[in-house]
Amino acid sequence: MQKVYNKILSVTGNVITVRASDVAYEELAEVTTQRGKSLAQVIKLENDIVSLQVFAGSQGIATNDEIRFLGNPMRVTFSDNMLGRIFNGSGVPRDRGPALTENMIEIAGPSVNPAKRIIPRNMIRTNIPMIDLFNSLVVSQKLPIFSVSGEPYNELLARIALQAEVDMIVLGGIGLKYDQYMYFKNTLEEGGALSRSIFFVHTASDPIVEGLMVPDLCLAVAERFALKGKNILVLLTDMTNFADALKEIAITMEQVPSNRGYPGDLYSQLAARYEKAVDFDTAGSVTILAATTMPGDDVTHPVPDNTGYITEGQFYLRNGRIEPFGSLSRLKQQVNDKTRDDHRAIMDGMIQLYAQYNETEEKRAMGFRMSEWDKKLLKYGKLFESNMMDLSVNIALEDALDLGWKILAECFTPEETRMKTDLVKKFWPKEAA
Amino acid sequence: MNKTKGSIVGINGNMISVAFDGNIIQNEVGYAITGEDRLKSEVIKIQGNIAFMQVFEITKGLKIGDKVEFTGEMLSVQLGPGILGMVYDGLQNPLNELAELHGFFLKRGVILDALDFNKKWEFTPTAKKGDIVTGGSILGHVSEGIFEHKIFVPFDYQGNFTVKSIVEKDSYKVDHVIATIENDKGDQLELMMYFDWPVKIPITNYREKMVPKEPLVTQTRIIDTFFPVARGGTYCIPGPFGAGKTVLQQVTSRFAEADIVIIAACGERAGEVVETLREFPEITDPRTGKSLMERTIIICNTSSMPVAAREASVYTAATLGEYYRQMGLNVLLLADSTSRWAQAMRELSGRLEEIPGEEAFPAYLESRIAQFYERAGLVELNDGNMGSLTIGGTVSPAGGNFEEPVTQSTLKVVGAFHGLSRDRSNARRYPAIHPLESWSKYKSFNQPKLIDDARKILFKGNEVHQMMLVVGEEGTSIEDYIIYLKSEFLDSVYLQQNSFDSVDGATSPERQKYAFKYVHDVLMTEFSLKEKNEARNFFNKMRQLFIDWNYIDMKDEEFNKQEAIITKLIEENSSDAEGI
Repeated sequence: MQKVYNKILSVTGNVITVRASDVAYEELAEVTTQRGKSLAQVIKLENDIVSLQVFAGSQGIATNDEIRFLGNPMRVTFSDNMLGRIFNGSGVPRDRGPALTENMIEIAGPSVNPAKRIIPRNMIRTNIPMIDLFNSLVVSQKLPIFSVSGEPYNELLARIALQAEVDMIVLGGIGLKYDQYMYFKNTLEEGGALSRSIFFVHTASDPIVEGLMVPDLCLAVAERFALKGKNILVLLTDMTNFADALKEIAITMEQVPSNRGYPGDLYSQLAARYEKAVDFDTAGSVTILAATTMPGDDVTHPVPDNTGYITEGQFYLRNGRIEPFGSLSRLKQQVNDKTRDDHRAIMDGMIQLYAQYNETEEKRAMGFRMSEWDKKLLKYGKLFESNMMDLSVNIALEDALDLGWKILAECFTPEETRMKTDLVKKFWPKEAA
Repeated sequence: MNKTKGSIVGINGNMISVAFDGNIIQNEVGYAITGEDRLKSEVIKIQGNIAFMQVFEITKGLKIGDKVEFTGEMLSVQLGPGILGMVYDGLQNPLNELAELHGFFLKRGVILDALDFNKKWEFTPTAKKGDIVTGGSILGHVSEGIFEHKIFVPFDYQGNFTVKSIVEKDSYKVDHVIATIENDKGDQLELMMYFDWPVKIPITNYREKMVPKEPLVTQTRIIDTFFPVARGGTYCIPGPFGAGKTVLQQVTSRFAEADIVIIAACGERAGEVVETLREFPEITDPRTGKSLMERTIIICNTSSMPVAAREASVYTAATLGEYYRQMGLNVLLLADSTSRWAQAMRELSGRLEEIPGEEAFPAYLESRIAQFYERAGLVELNDGNMGSLTIGGTVSPAGGNFEEPVTQSTLKVVGAFHGLSRDRSNARRYPAIHPLESWSKYKSFNQPKLIDDARKILFKGNEVHQMMLVVGEEGTSIEDYIIYLKSEFLDSVYLQQNSFDSVDGATSPERQKYAFKYVHDVLMTEFSLKEKNEARNFFNKMRQLFIDWNYIDMKDEEFNKQEAIITKLIEENSSDAEGI
């Protein structure tokens, strides 16, 4: 039975209220206005007053517009036909393909029982040394890319999407600029990856509420494919827009803000999405990479801050490079002992030396005289930046390790590198020793 | 008592308002009924005939008018044999059993018994007919793994009771009646091997709470030597994300010398629990020869699980800890992270439309935190034995800024502060506990004099380092430079520890004493180093040798050989002809 109402009591921001009965929490409704139809979701019930957030926004809503409750929460289609298709934030196709309505599944389902999770054990190789060598990406990991607006985070995501060893890619765009959307589409198309991709794209010009659904849509679909044994990489860009949409709704609903206007449950809201990353015991996996722009390059801003506490590490993108400090893959220990003996030693050793280089570089900038050791560090730092950190470097992990030893040997004696003696014996380049 | 009924009149996130008829209790449990599902909820505010309840499940699909059944009981846990080795959610639902029944996902509205009611335990009675008992008296025991699990008269029984009958030594299920007792009015009560206890009420059936004094060995050098934790004490680990809070907790849960470790994963990543979950059964506890899981309880309410249950999970953990403390055991409770728990309170407070305090946390944040940590303690039990509950909580301050309400409220009530520093973790100096900012009110097993000397070197070294950043290396005297190198040496070989190495990951008190004495001697030695390059090279070499030494098992014959090499190197460069 569908219930139809046509008396809207209030319109505030993108939230409308209506008097109705027998309505379920989080149920969907369809609002018909002179501009067309839009979905709306129940976000609060108080006696017979129902508050709904309208996906298309409240512009042009008349108090006598028709609201039809659909009797179900938000759902999305799920089938192999979705591959290569592009949908909007309401799950409606935005390419010219046919609408898909078969096999509707609920989004934002229950969380996975921790007892059914397994310890992640497979590395996803990307051929980017700053990832593979220093902060390996692991199947089922959730990892944000923290960056300032203007950094090439979408380019990085696209490159990872193309090079990563996964079965499928689900891309969620939240407030994505139109040209960036086209960039993803064209890059994946040229790389031949579009046919194994599904896009849910909410662009910057779409109503903001619609973007709220994108992560849930992506993750619900990804989860289902994972249960069928596929390894899925979900790319979300940009989660700060998602948080801002949450903020807007919370303020409209007159919730007490906690920090810079963001609602107190921002952590839980973000966690509910990121925790969908999983490696199923006997099936596939979901890995999440999400761009998170930091307003004002401030990592203590509530969005990156809460995200950092949820995700398993983070990549800092700064000046077009993945910054070695702060960038961290928490799961790398699960995989980097199975690659090559020297992986961990090179990883730690090179970073420690690079930290010292930074100190020396500061001293040099202040005009201090450089000691012999300082000069070695300076040489090392330059080599490290140009041969390892540059994002254009595209080499396999093993080659990156060899390159690491080569750089060390060019600059230092074995003792100065703090490497364990047995590793030095095995890997120190012979010609330099 | 008649069970009260009600119906839902409002839904806002995980909070429902319920119009009820009859009497209800604050913190009473009720079930909201939607279709087949019964959603567990707790009363958190009562106003007229409206009860505000937090729902421990997703509220999707609930409707106005849906029925709510009250139970007349406060939110409780089951206490009895069979808790060790279990993995529970915040409400003591066993997760492995849930997985067997419902597969990959946490199905809504499913509630299972925390204890296995089919398993039989061999019960040995110690009380006998005619004994006078009261709440907390011991009736007998069963053996649960390596421990003697005491069977108590429920803790809330007040006054004296006479044992009318008690069963013979034999195997019984936990719900078998093992004793009948009678109060002075002649009412008879039947006792089983388990009973319920409300999680928010501390168990206080002991003679006296004592001041913690014995160290709780964690086998992490910087903690045990510089910022020790005491049995029955409290400590906190605040740190920005990525500084290694959770790794530190994991290492502690593995190596700490406690009888029982309770891990409360409160609103954190599921993946981290999984590591413990999957690895602990495989690891042998060197002290008992049994699997580590046999001394571990995991309470796991990860970040994507319902928020209200997260709020309950730390209380569940504390209650289980107090229960085992009653048996004369040393229990360590690790809560990761108390900030998530505080945030759960904040979310709820917001929905209740309470006037917010700082950063929208409720005004009662501080007292709640204090109450939680006060559940720790070293106690003398009624039978004269000692038991302890130590609580260590991580704090995840927003923006890594320790000036925020949760960190500040916590610092007021704990006995030790292990502040993690982003700079140290960026420089890969693990554990990233800041050696100059952290503190502990407890006593280390290492000599205070030696610790004091070492700390002075760290302070001075830091001063020299700061100065060098301004005046450069050439502006620093060789004496100061050597102090700086000594402090760096202490940092690299003693404060830092490789938790992933099988030897270096855990340092026994015996080895800590030995190594610390040695390091101290090095710090106190005058070296005949004339020039900075020479000094740096010398300390580089020393550090290298010492780190290699850290990786050698103390029982290995290489251990002494390596020591001899280091001693020789020191003697060669010492200005004191005797060497050390």
